[in-house]
Amino acid sequence: MSFEMFLFYAFAFLAVFSAVAMIGFVRHIVAAAMSLVVTMVSLAGIYVLMHAELIAAIQILVYAGAIVVLFLFVIMLLDLRDGGLGPAARGQNLVKAVGVGGTVTIGTLVVASVSGVFSVNPLVESLPEGFGEHRALGIALFTDYALAVELVGLVLLASIVGAVILAKRKID
Amino acid sequence: MILVVAKTLFILIVVTLLFAPLITWVERKQSAIMQDRIGANRADLAGMTFLGLLHPAADVIKLLSKEDLVPAGANRFLHALAPILSAVPALIAFAVIPYGATYRFGDTTFTLVAADIDWGVLYLLVIGSLATYGSVLAGWASRSNWSMLGAIRATAQMISYEVTMGLSIVGIFMVFGSLKLTDMAVAQDTTFRVFGFLDLFASLPAGAGWLNAIRLPNWGIFLQPLAFLLFLTCIMAENKRPPFDLPEADSELVAGYFTEYSGMRFGLFYMAEFIEVVVIAGAVAALFLGGWAVPYLSQETITAGVASLFGEGFANLVCMLIHVGCFFSKVVFLVWLQMLIRWSFPRFRYDQLMDLCWKVILPLSLLNIFLTAAGMLLAQQIAPGAAAS
Amino acid sequence: MLSEYLGVLLMLGIAVALTVGMLLVHVYLGPKRSFDKKLAPFECGEEPIVSPRQRHAVKFYLVAILFVVFDVEAVFFYPWGATFLETGLPGLTTIAIFSVPLVVGLVYEWSKGALEW
Repeated sequence: MSFEMFLFYAFAFLAVFSAVAMIGFVRHIVAAAMSLVVTMVSLAGIYVLMHAELIAAIQILVYAGAIVVLFLFVIMLLDLRDGGLGPAARGQNLVKAVGVGGTVTIGTLVVASVSGVFSVNPLVESLPEGFGEHRALGIALFTDYALAVELVGLVLLASIVGAVILAKRKID
Repeated sequence: MILVVAKTLFILIVVTLLFAPLITWVERKQSAIMQDRIGANRADLAGMTFLGLLHPAADVIKLLSKEDLVPAGANRFLHALAPILSAVPALIAFAVIPYGATYRFGDTTFTLVAADIDWGVLYLLVIGSLATYGSVLAGWASRSNWSMLGAIRATAQMISYEVTMGLSIVGIFMVFGSLKLTDMAVAQDTTFRVFGFLDLFASLPAGAGWLNAIRLPNWGIFLQPLAFLLFLTCIMAENKRPPFDLPEADSELVAGYFTEYSGMRFGLFYMAEFIEVVVIAGAVAALFLGGWAVPYLSQETITAGVASLFGEGFANLVCMLIHVGCFFSKVVFLVWLQMLIRWSFPRFRYDQLMDLCWKVILPLSLLNIFLTAAGMLLAQQIAPGAAAS
Repeated sequence: MLSEYLGVLLMLGIAVALTVGMLLVHVYLGPKRSFDKKLAPFECGEEPIVSPRQRHAVKFYLVAILFVVFDVEAVFFYPWGATFLETGLPGLTTIAIFSVPLVVGLVYEWSKGALEW
């Protein structure tokens, strides 16, 4: 097994393990959020292995660095006392998680085996020049996919307005 | 392989074992000089104090031999994890900052940087965004009111300045057309004509030809002066040192998010802070002050000059030593600048801090981006291929 | 290709080992004489009367939302900035139109007083 494959399995294991831990094992809600960060960072590691470097950077910047911080603030807003979920609720969560995760995994496996993805080496070396780098992606984004970028701007505006309207009631 | 290990160990040792302890000493001595005190001079070996240089070593011994305390009711795991999450990002940030150019010795060619990755600047921002968790966790896990208040302040401050930190250097990406720090350093190893825009006029007035001879190093600080100011402010705010020390605010919050930390647990936060000072200096030097570049003396000039006298291998060696020395003198200068700022200015109020970020720096960095874009397009129209300013 | 990341991995390994090692040495070397009062959370000599785990101002939530939005915006700026020389005026137009809603959003927050502390 090459070192890259080893890294891939290590990141994959970390991602799945911390995702399951977030739902099922962890008692403190903040610890659960940190577990989510581990999942995000491991996914970024997998992206780097797939030569999608800009996506890896964005994965950490936006998901691990921004979204989870937002979660933490929401946790602080919600007045959650110590203790978090009881064992029963966590057990239930775990069952749900395994159920959903299992279904998705089996579904993916079925689709993948039908489409013949398994015969493809996930860590191919014969990628086009500049694949996944910011240069290729930037040029594609701002020429061919310009309209999509503009739409993202509008969606972001909607989220700002929504947040202000929801929070303003509490400020006033 | 061995080269990578050597390069990584070199930079890690220089930053953690040489710079970080020295900076704790500089901090004490400089504050003492600025406040007309004598400063650290008590730690001694056989009666010799070496200007107080023994204090960093004494600190480490003291911090290591303190009692390991975890406050009652704290989450023990997260309480121990927080200082690690603070220190590790600071330690690994220097991986992408080049401290020398590419040199060739016989068949081996190498670049003096631990990890020459394509998205070097984004790597720094990524590390900065992960550094937030150290302070949040410290505040949450300690279960103390002071820690909690400090943690919330720290998080809001760090995330706010993270956005503007990223946006303020977009102008630099545009000018150098890259996200790779080694490319940027090479691009800064030249000069540009300050009055290049005079080419607009068909003929210069008589006697103004000397204007064309005025050249400045092609450094980020000259191409993007506004970005330099904004970026330095933001990155210093990220480090939470005065005048941005709201999360620690000794006079209001005891010690902020690390109130409940003692011994080496506190020591790791302390270490992270001082290593970040070096990282900031390194990042600003690489982005704005030309990195390893010697002003007006490009790598070819030095190598060619020395090679004509002593041969090529020796020339490369000399060039490497000059570049590494030049880089670290810039780092020392920027560390000194940060110390000067830290001991000169009073702390912000929280509303001033947030206003500065969202109402001043954010609009200014957006303005800077679009002005740069306009300037560069104009320059392309006038003289295709000319360096934009 | 991936060898570029060797330095990062190595540094990460050393950094984790160093920090964990320092904590372990500290635990091993330090004296252990703890008692209840010493372990109580610091409250300037008083008994803590409120739990630190209580609700905090909605301001911080607003800052976090703003942060997420502008972080996503910044993420679009990075590849654009690095490829500006290639995309030129069309790219600039795209990013300018993209920024308009965000600037409007910023002005809206500002005028609504969401940025006042």
